[in-house]
Amino acid sequence: MPFDWTAFWPQLAEAAKQTTSMVSFSLLFSALLGIPIGVILVVTRDGHILANRFVFTVLNSIINILRSIPFIILLVAIIPFTRLVVGTSIGTAAAIVPLVAYAAPYIGRLIENSLLEVDKGVIEAAQAMGATPWQIIWRFLIPEALSSLVLALTIATIGLIGASAMAGAVGGGGLGDLAITYGYQQFKTEIMLVTVALLVLFVQVLQTFGNILSKKIRRR
Amino acid sequence: MIVLENIRKIYGSGTEQVEALKSITLNVKKGEIYGVVGFSGAGKSSLIRCVNLLEKPASGKVLINGVDIQALKPSELRQQRKKIGMIFQQFNLLSSKTVFGNVAMPLMLDRRPGEEIKKKVHELLTFVGLEDKAGHYPEQLSGGQKQRVGIARALATNPSILLCDEATSALDPETTSSVLALLKKIRADYGITILMITHEMNVIRDICDRVAVLDDGRIVEEESVLNLFSNPKTDIAKNFVRTVLNDEIPVSIQSLINEQNQFHRIYRIVFKGEATSQPLLSTIAKKFRVDVNVLHGTITELQGVPFGNLVVDFTGTAEEVERAIFYIHQQQVWIKEVLPNAV
Repeated sequence: MPFDWTAFWPQLAEAAKQTTSMVSFSLLFSALLGIPIGVILVVTRDGHILANRFVFTVLNSIINILRSIPFIILLVAIIPFTRLVVGTSIGTAAAIVPLVAYAAPYIGRLIENSLLEVDKGVIEAAQAMGATPWQIIWRFLIPEALSSLVLALTIATIGLIGASAMAGAVGGGGLGDLAITYGYQQFKTEIMLVTVALLVLFVQVLQTFGNILSKKIRRR
Repeated sequence: MIVLENIRKIYGSGTEQVEALKSITLNVKKGEIYGVVGFSGAGKSSLIRCVNLLEKPASGKVLINGVDIQALKPSELRQQRKKIGMIFQQFNLLSSKTVFGNVAMPLMLDRRPGEEIKKKVHELLTFVGLEDKAGHYPEQLSGGQKQRVGIARALATNPSILLCDEATSALDPETTSSVLALLKKIRADYGITILMITHEMNVIRDICDRVAVLDDGRIVEEESVLNLFSNPKTDIAKNFVRTVLNDEIPVSIQSLINEQNQFHRIYRIVFKGEATSQPLLSTIAKKFRVDVNVLHGTITELQGVPFGNLVVDFTGTAEEVERAIFYIHQQQVWIKEVLPNAV
């Protein structure tokens, strides 16, 4: 039976739209959570501007626990919570909740790493200038790490594209879902190839864009 | 101006404990350039960081203009720190900001109006000679230029104290001199008190008024620069002085010393200030029947006062040499016979 490509293209476009919206919304929320997490993990360290062993240890452990749960399990385990937040556990909106639960701790770690690269001497200079902790974070730590933060967020976005494919399992739709249900489970190799090619294109474009932006910030 | 009283600083705990500062007491007067010299690990950087409490002393008092800054609330301490500028060995500039942005930073933190910031930054950059570099990024500057930016930034809030943490240690000798000249100008123009730590004795010689020698967390010697250079008491101070005033006798001359006899005697003469302007040696040659031969030595300037350290060979009868030596003693010049195998 020849494959009906005319019916497939709109389906692919719809799936691409779903992936884009899933990834962008979950990126937005996980960055909103993850960036402060990363900042807190850095500034509460021993010897840092807001050193607080309790906060650091607790947050660090929570991140580790969340990061060690495989996404596919997290996806299912979190269903009651998802229902509580969005009212349903099926659909694109519902997929965003587990995606955020997955990506926020990940982004937190990436941001932490980027911020730790900032020269300690710069922080010391900031303190010597009489900067408040808030000013040190906003005017010294983040601007100095910005180029590396952009790369970190690029990595997180690409990670989210991968995870969003699995989120298809809860009816989230998207390109990954398309590739699995039509291409893989129904042995329609062409569909799988086209969908995967589109995913590769997404990743390529994002990584290139991230690299250029990061370089631009560094060059400034 | 800056008073440290019995400052102790301890790192680590239990058996791993290291006492970096062991009861440091020092007093830096207003308008003074005070140097602390020591080898790495002597506790210099802990000491300078205790002055603006980047490091908290385990015990002891830090008084800035009479204010016990350890008793201040965090917000008051931040205000106090704005009155204490600091520059660093590695400059610690923001790589993401231009020269202008770096110098403007302390003023931005203070939420000063944009016009005022612009004016002040321009004034500061002109003062340090970088008015044409405002739009450059630190990575486009040389080490000396970066330190000038650091200095401009430190001066932005009109501090009364400037702390220099090995400020010239990453610079080549020529750049070091120009940065030191700038620090001198800062003191002359603004009357700022400068406390600097360094391991470079030439820095102490070139700009300090007083110097403390730090060894293993203790101040082992504290003197005016002139006195320390002309008469260092501890071995460590002698070693430091020797790094810039080489008074060690070369091997070739050492053999002459071993050969000296009663007609041929070698003395070390140390003179400072007025004494250097007198033609001492030629007077002796004329007055007494003694031949004078300078074997080795240096003449330098300390705090604007000439200072000389010479090894001289006197040839003549024992009697005439004795008379010449007696005469030198009367001129308030330090003189001592160099004995074989002595330094």
